[in-house]
Amino acid sequence: MAVYKHSVSLDIEKCKGCTHCLKRCPTEAIRIRDGHATIDPDRCIDCGECIRQCPHNAKKAIYDKLSSLPADKYLIALPAPTLYGQFERLDDLDHLIKGLLDIGFDDVFEVACAAELITEYTRRFLARDDIVRPVISSACPVVARLVSLRFPTLVGNLMPILPPIELAGRLAREKAKAKNPSLKDGDIFTVFISPCPAKVSYVKNNLVGGVSSVDAVVAINDIYFELLSVMEDRITSVPYSRTGMIGVGWATSGGESSALMNDHYLSADGIENVIKVLEDLDTSEHPNLDFVELNACSGGCVGGVLAVENPYVARVRLRNIKRYLPVSQARPPEDAGGAGFPDEYKINLGVIQKPISSLNPDIRQAMDLMADIDEIFKTLPELDCGSCGSPTCRAFAEDVVKGNAKYEECIVVMRQKLKHLLAEDI
Amino acid sequence: MAEKYLTYEYNIDGENFTTAGEASVNLKRVLRRIGFAPEVIKRASIAMYEGEINMVIHAGGGVARVNIYEDKIVITLDDNGPGIADVELAMKEGYSTAPDKIRSMGFGAGMGLPNMKRNADKLEISTRLGEGTTITMTITVAATATAND
Repeated sequence: MAVYKHSVSLDIEKCKGCTHCLKRCPTEAIRIRDGHATIDPDRCIDCGECIRQCPHNAKKAIYDKLSSLPADKYLIALPAPTLYGQFERLDDLDHLIKGLLDIGFDDVFEVACAAELITEYTRRFLARDDIVRPVISSACPVVARLVSLRFPTLVGNLMPILPPIELAGRLAREKAKAKNPSLKDGDIFTVFISPCPAKVSYVKNNLVGGVSSVDAVVAINDIYFELLSVMEDRITSVPYSRTGMIGVGWATSGGESSALMNDHYLSADGIENVIKVLEDLDTSEHPNLDFVELNACSGGCVGGVLAVENPYVARVRLRNIKRYLPVSQARPPEDAGGAGFPDEYKINLGVIQKPISSLNPDIRQAMDLMADIDEIFKTLPELDCGSCGSPTCRAFAEDVVKGNAKYEECIVVMRQKLKHLLAEDI
Repeated sequence: MAEKYLTYEYNIDGENFTTAGEASVNLKRVLRRIGFAPEVIKRASIAMYEGEINMVIHAGGGVARVNIYEDKIVITLDDNGPGIADVELAMKEGYSTAPDKIRSMGFGAGMGLPNMKRNADKLEISTRLGEGTTITMTITVAATATAND
């Protein structure tokens, strides 16, 4: 299998080797070694939590720069619904779409429109009686990766449809070719305007199973000021925006599920809460639950680490914008395919990643390792202080057994040894 | 076969509904790290979870011991509760002796023991009225059922 390409990187010069990111990484993917953080690519789910926590700005998201986009191509912007909530005085989405055209894009296709189609397809999918319930949304790439790595029994619950970003890329290409018949696929370059680094990983790893229809990902906070400057005049005559309330609603937690017109849903946001819900779904039965919406970021996509505005302020703005919009503007054809949606929109999420959680491929050896880990763990202080460079005493014990850390790196253990030595001297 | 085993012991706090289930989450983590098949892990953690809740509802807590072998997981739940008067009746789906207060919290639907039986390959109950109950559940691991196949 190809190496997973991540979108979180570390500036070693800036990293002080403190424990902020270490302690907050939800999958314990970080270790502090030789004075700076290292990320285990097999465990990282690109949630961006470490970027959010780092007080020294040493953790960075990798994304494409606006200036690096190929100017000779037909550039299509795919703005995330979150972008709509970033501007203080924006009350008409047409200003924003016009702004994107003004800073150099040839065309715009709103991801919110693709999201509205997915809402309708999800409704139809939920009406089937041959599906595994509850259906878990696969729109957040962090959640999709987390489920396949840590909760393999729930992979069958993931909604098997393309995420909005991918569908938007495909539809944008189709629309552009219909409008300009001379355009070929190679002439078109689609650019997602993203609130989070996980979407970058999604595109770079071609998680859709083939080549992604999205060519580049630009950060909202990178494009923000440029947009702001061209949006100042606020004169628009052409109605550009094609989204409704539902599409805009996808930017905030609960928006995707409440749009389903089905009360039997659960929505949770913030990576810690998401993991708790998944643990619960993994162990307990929930017969009254049809749909589960999980967003890795607090507040939903508006809480993404590449967004500019405070997520709660953004939520208020989106509410104001929604007030003047129709419910939904996208309506897929009634007879769209047996699955409830067209076959070409189907994805098989199960084959994307495989679980990495076992200590050793051989059960007997894994049990031996576990016994050694338990033995070392018993002697540790359970302070989970992180001074050794591992996030918890339990993780440290495992690192020692695997030969990735030395037992003497525990400062509490060392202090005890020192006390003994001093006592002997007297 | 399989002499080799790991042992874990969990104290189940009888006072606290909100922490009930922690032992199950903990066990799940251990089983995952060893690399048992997801299906085995799920059955073991559901059985453990139901057992924990039962001990909190009926027995004021107790001790759960888990022995993990290569080919089976044995969970022993030990309590000093009131004991089970009619084991056969207690095994019936929907039969419950949980007080209304417990039911109003969403527990005590009479599915605990049946769920434990459904998820374990073997379930043994030894109980004495007024003294307590010991339940032993065995989850067998099919020879090929590891996460790494």
